[in-house]
Amino acid sequence: MSFRTALKSTGAANLLSTATKSNVIIPASARSAFSLTNSPNAKSRVPMKYGGKFACTLIPGDGIGAEITDSVKEIFESINVPIEWEQFDVSGETTGGEALFRQAMDSLKRNKVGLKGILYTPMEVGGHNSWNVAMRQSLDIYASVVVCKSLPGVPTRHQNVDFVIIRENTEGEYAGLEHTPFPGVVENLKVSTRAKADRIARFAFDFALKNGRKKVTCVHKANIMKLGDGLFLNTCKAVAEEYKSSGIAFDAMIVDNTSMQLVSKPQQFDVMVMPNLYGNITSNIGAALVGGPGIVPGCNIGREYALFEPGCRHIGKDIMGTNKANPTAMILSGSMLLRHLGLEKQANAIATAVYDVLKEGKTRTADLGGNAKTSDVTKAVIDKL
Amino acid sequence: MLAKPSPTTIANALRSFQAASARSYASAFQSSAPSSAYASKPDASGNYTVSLIPGDGIGPEISQSVKDIYTAAKVPIKWEEVDVTPILKNGKTSIPEDAITSIKKNTVALKGPLATPIGKGHVSLNLTLRRTFSLFANVRPCVSIQGYKTAYDNVNTVLIRENTEGEYSGIEHEIVDGVVQSIKLITYEASERVARYAFHYASEHGRNKVTAIHKANIMKMSDGMFLQACREVAKEYPNIHYDEDLLDRACLRIVQNPEPYADQVMVMPNLYGDILSDMCAGLIGGLGLTPSGNIGKDASIFEAVHGSAPDIAGKGLANPSALLLSSLMMLRHMNLFDKAEQIEKAILGTIAEGKHITGDLGGKASTQEFTDRIISKL
Repeated sequence: MSFRTALKSTGAANLLSTATKSNVIIPASARSAFSLTNSPNAKSRVPMKYGGKFACTLIPGDGIGAEITDSVKEIFESINVPIEWEQFDVSGETTGGEALFRQAMDSLKRNKVGLKGILYTPMEVGGHNSWNVAMRQSLDIYASVVVCKSLPGVPTRHQNVDFVIIRENTEGEYAGLEHTPFPGVVENLKVSTRAKADRIARFAFDFALKNGRKKVTCVHKANIMKLGDGLFLNTCKAVAEEYKSSGIAFDAMIVDNTSMQLVSKPQQFDVMVMPNLYGNITSNIGAALVGGPGIVPGCNIGREYALFEPGCRHIGKDIMGTNKANPTAMILSGSMLLRHLGLEKQANAIATAVYDVLKEGKTRTADLGGNAKTSDVTKAVIDKL
Repeated sequence: MLAKPSPTTIANALRSFQAASARSYASAFQSSAPSSAYASKPDASGNYTVSLIPGDGIGPEISQSVKDIYTAAKVPIKWEEVDVTPILKNGKTSIPEDAITSIKKNTVALKGPLATPIGKGHVSLNLTLRRTFSLFANVRPCVSIQGYKTAYDNVNTVLIRENTEGEYSGIEHEIVDGVVQSIKLITYEASERVARYAFHYASEHGRNKVTAIHKANIMKMSDGMFLQACREVAKEYPNIHYDEDLLDRACLRIVQNPEPYADQVMVMPNLYGDILSDMCAGLIGGLGLTPSGNIGKDASIFEAVHGSAPDIAGKGLANPSALLLSSLMMLRHMNLFDKAEQIEKAILGTIAEGKHITGDLGGKASTQEFTDRIISKL
């Protein structure tokens, strides 16, 4: 299965055929859940502008964001993708960015779909909380999807890696609840709820079902956090029970063992579902296995909104402004966005062009061992279109 | 790894350099010494006494291997075997009084794998040991073993994990049905003492950099305080470079290319350390080849972190490498650097040669053959 088809749903037809084959009825919840892809009503859900153009919010973000989103814009332009960007150059590095950030949020709420780079978050107490997290929480885009798959033409240490990380995006350690009950002592609350565990578990199983995957692995630390992660694990188990008849296998793995297995035998994983922080860790390990943050796309999906961003969330400040960044992750995220809008043809054309460029290996950025510039990659992709 | 100047050589050089300038910042060692450095004296015949917990399953076999090798290498150590099979004292899991006395007296112990008894009321034995002896820092070095091929060469990482608090505080409650709060507890005191040990370790082992791994962009106060403690301690060690890295970036970079981490020590809160240490172990081929040390205020316990492998127990097939390598960390902790170096060469040489290695490493040798070969190389 290619990377493209991994992300591409075969839609309701596939669902139905699975159901008839095994002679079972998929629970209603399985059907109602959201997929990454063009569900039949995608066009009606996303508001369009007059003239058949989709309005789409664009937040380039900090670091290399501007360069790699420029690449996406140029590529989209070259094949006349019917998208009109509403661009907001929000930066997390300045203190006065808040007004612009709010405008960007308003735009996102209006357009329901967006493409973004990563915003910088200050470390200091008193600095603003992560805007990346704030967006995910306030738009309730609860599922982060990152596909880690070995691509032909990308040099890596491991072969045949192909797994998907589904990460709960809105609670857990990222709740942002901290206080100092006594000087020198800090309590940080990790909040876990059954409702959010349930919907992310369902999302993971639906994703597995719609994309022809075989197994869902729940990653947890329930041996230590018996209540918090225990709730997550038990909820996943309960959901797995419901999906048993659809043939999706389920297992669970402790997060420290998972990280060890990932770097030694990554081929054993298929779909993985986990709470917020573990998702952060595994998606970075996963990206490193298949070629780095420059090539792994990702998205955040909720009931109403969808926000696409590179799967491995780094701002890349060290190479900012040097035209050296690899735009692949952002271009592929953009292609996922097109598929979400129902622009299947353009999405596939762009993704194919990107894979061809990677496969040929002539135009490689520094992270893949070449010396091509960001703009060279853009040009190579456009030439293929 | 053998081709490079050995860590000990660098360490010795650094130590002699630091001894010269020790007076100028002696305060750093004053505060670190009582809690982490080894202070026991040898007995009349020049031997140090060390508590030995053989453990369950393959534990006794691999402990015997260590004992044989130590006898052959004439290491000045007298073993004192203790049993830590848990007992319930006033309803709490605890280890027998004899074991506590022995380990407290010797301040250092070597431990084989333990099978945690399953059943309600028993806290894991590792946790019990950690609490009994205030083992605040877990040290996990991972070095590529020549002769055991993985996707990564030249791994040489050292990770120090805070061992007593953080996400493992065990404070959790269900507020209403379906909503759970788990508390991650970070204290300045615990952060500072693990940071101090990390710097102490770095200077003892010839690593010139300490990196604090954190997630302070999200957990500004808790991880922020951990960083603050590290920064304060860093000021006491002007010879050691200090920097910070985000957890996710560290994961990414180590898995992409672990080589740049060879000159540094990473220090981090409990959960991150748990995950990263096993990740690094995965890079070099799993827990069968990774040593571990738990440094405490009252005692330090060095252990093999792999399981007790009941399936091959008693068959003489087990690989003693993890326990052996842990025992070498112990020797270095006791400042017996030369013996550690000598035995390390023999072990690594035996594995690299590949003729007398155990089944898990792809060979056919028994524990005894492996042990004998190491002894012949001493």
